[in-house]
Amino acid sequence: MPPTPLWQSEDFWRKVAVWVTAGSAVILVLLTFDSLSKTAAGSSRVPAYSVINQHIDYRFDSARNLSVPVIGEQAPLFGKVLSEAEAEAMVSHGKKTVQAKNCMNCHTLLGNGAYYAPDLTKAWVDPQWADMIDLTESDSREEAMAKFLQHPDQYATNARMMPPLGITPDEAKAVVAFLKWMSSIDTNGFPAGFKTRGQEG
Amino acid sequence: MAMGTVDTSNLNGGQKLAVKYFAVAIVLFAAQVLFGLVAGLQYLKPDTLFGVLDFSVTRMVHINAMVVWLLYGFLGSVYWLLEDESGRPVVGLGLGNLAFFVLTAAVVVVVLVYLFVQVGPGNDMTRWLINEGREYIEAPRWADIGIVVCVLVFFYNVAMTFMKGKFSGIAGVLVLDLVALAGLYLAGMVYMTNISHDHFWWWWVIHLWVEATWEVLVGCILAWGLMQVLQVRRKIVTTWLYIEVALMFGSGILGLGHHYFWIGTPEYWFKIGGFFSALEPIPLVAMVVHSLYDSGEHHMKNTNHPALAWFITHTAGNFLGAGVWGFMQTLPQINLYTHGTQWTASHGHIAFFGAYVTIVVPMIYLAVQKLRGNVWMGSEPAGGAWKWKWALTLQVAGTLGMAVALMVSGYEQAFLDRAIGGSTWQSYFVAQEHPWFIQGMKWRMISGLVFAAGYVLLAWDLVTIGAGETRKVEQLTPAAAAA
Repeated sequence: MPPTPLWQSEDFWRKVAVWVTAGSAVILVLLTFDSLSKTAAGSSRVPAYSVINQHIDYRFDSARNLSVPVIGEQAPLFGKVLSEAEAEAMVSHGKKTVQAKNCMNCHTLLGNGAYYAPDLTKAWVDPQWADMIDLTESDSREEAMAKFLQHPDQYATNARMMPPLGITPDEAKAVVAFLKWMSSIDTNGFPAGFKTRGQEG
Repeated sequence: MAMGTVDTSNLNGGQKLAVKYFAVAIVLFAAQVLFGLVAGLQYLKPDTLFGVLDFSVTRMVHINAMVVWLLYGFLGSVYWLLEDESGRPVVGLGLGNLAFFVLTAAVVVVVLVYLFVQVGPGNDMTRWLINEGREYIEAPRWADIGIVVCVLVFFYNVAMTFMKGKFSGIAGVLVLDLVALAGLYLAGMVYMTNISHDHFWWWWVIHLWVEATWEVLVGCILAWGLMQVLQVRRKIVTTWLYIEVALMFGSGILGLGHHYFWIGTPEYWFKIGGFFSALEPIPLVAMVVHSLYDSGEHHMKNTNHPALAWFITHTAGNFLGAGVWGFMQTLPQINLYTHGTQWTASHGHIAFFGAYVTIVVPMIYLAVQKLRGNVWMGSEPAGGAWKWKWALTLQVAGTLGMAVALMVSGYEQAFLDRAIGGSTWQSYFVAQEHPWFIQGMKWRMISGLVFAAGYVLLAWDLVTIGAGETRKVEQLTPAAAAA
């Protein structure tokens, strides 16, 4: 009986499977350490939570050939400058509310989630809020957002509307803080072609 | 013992437990289909159950029911083959039975809370008791812990049984895969404020389950299943399994990078994610070649016609749904516009059916065959073969219809919302209310109903096939089968 050629050898393929799996896993672990450090809150790609004290825009960067968040001058949320710890607590409360209200099973965040409602990655800088300020009779974008979140069915813009989820005033403000912070993350140009207020046309 | 009647004394201990898992799986499959139909209807008529069972709830139950019934199907499949493969009774079977009842009770409670409590205040209590609010793994933390404990019991049963009995090549792959599968779940059990980190670890669970460890698990089940129905030689299936593992983990582990394009992670993931995920279809081609080659080599002579038909549907569906449909949108140049659109839903429907439903169903056919006294399931079975053939046909047609219809809507959404409109609130609704989008959603609904009809036939067939059959299963010897 002739010897089994290498490509038919069970033993050879077992070793290949083990080494390929182990090698891939090691590379993934190394890249994980690198990615986590580069996306820590306060890094260049993911700003510190206190960025909610500043103006945030999203503009095309011709050098990188994609849209990037642009952090501007001071623009405190709800008129109050927060310390880093206060900002983190508020964003965390917002994130917990986003999870508790199951937002991700209608919306997408960073493009992940369900597809029944708009993507929230850049919700803070969405030009729609300018109209919503009038509709909700508010004085500011954050006030309009907080009112909408508490009573979405009262300010519906389309037949497919957001249901009221029992969001309290504090939770609504915290969700706005979370959305403002999320809009400052460098998402490698996702979503593409997004025009904030003043950039349309 | 009468042939053709249901009798659990035909089964070994592991198989009796497997049947319990399969029974719950089929019930949860019904829940998946039912809630899928409601969610599909909500796209067409948004006021359907508005404020009662909103889309966020119906969609969550639709997907969670699917994840859990497939897991039940996998657990059942492994318990089914465990004693045959190891040559000894399951170690710790009593504990395994206890874990089944605990897990099932937990699933019932979680679903009832999803349906009747739905949401809670924005604090830690909601995450622990009601809903974690992270797609696919919404189960509250208490249930996470329960799931981990039950999976550890399952792992103990499997690993100890193989260690005390025969430790085959399939056993080796299976045990190592289960370590990874159980360990990865832990990566999804930590709260993080930083959503970039949150999504980073969340994908460790979702991707490394669905596109790596689950694929290897079904590779093990397929290897065992082909030996069972075709009498393929062990050396051949084991060698193929190793090749598939090398290709699946070699492409799938770093293929994780295609989820790291837009979540804040560095740009190097474009190259890593793009390259390795482009390789992901290759192992799936290998599985198609493997199953068709083995079937042809054995002149299609097999012991269970519906099971073999579903196994072949599995390899073809896995390649088409996971491989081709995944590849279509996996490169960053395309994904920038398709990410988070109905493209993904299209891929999800065809991939989960093609890769996973189609491996659990044939295992249940094998179980039913033995449960009825190892009866004939070849051509012209008692009661006819039309039910299983139509069930398979309707489910394949329904899935293809849903995938194509969602793709039409997805294309329209990618163009109007993503590429032209820039993904704003307004552009989202412009795309969603466009007649072409709605047209796709209507065809998805019709295809969903076709799929549901297939489910009814499938469930009916599983409880009736083999009833009254008096012939014993066709005996194939490896030599005769390959002749």
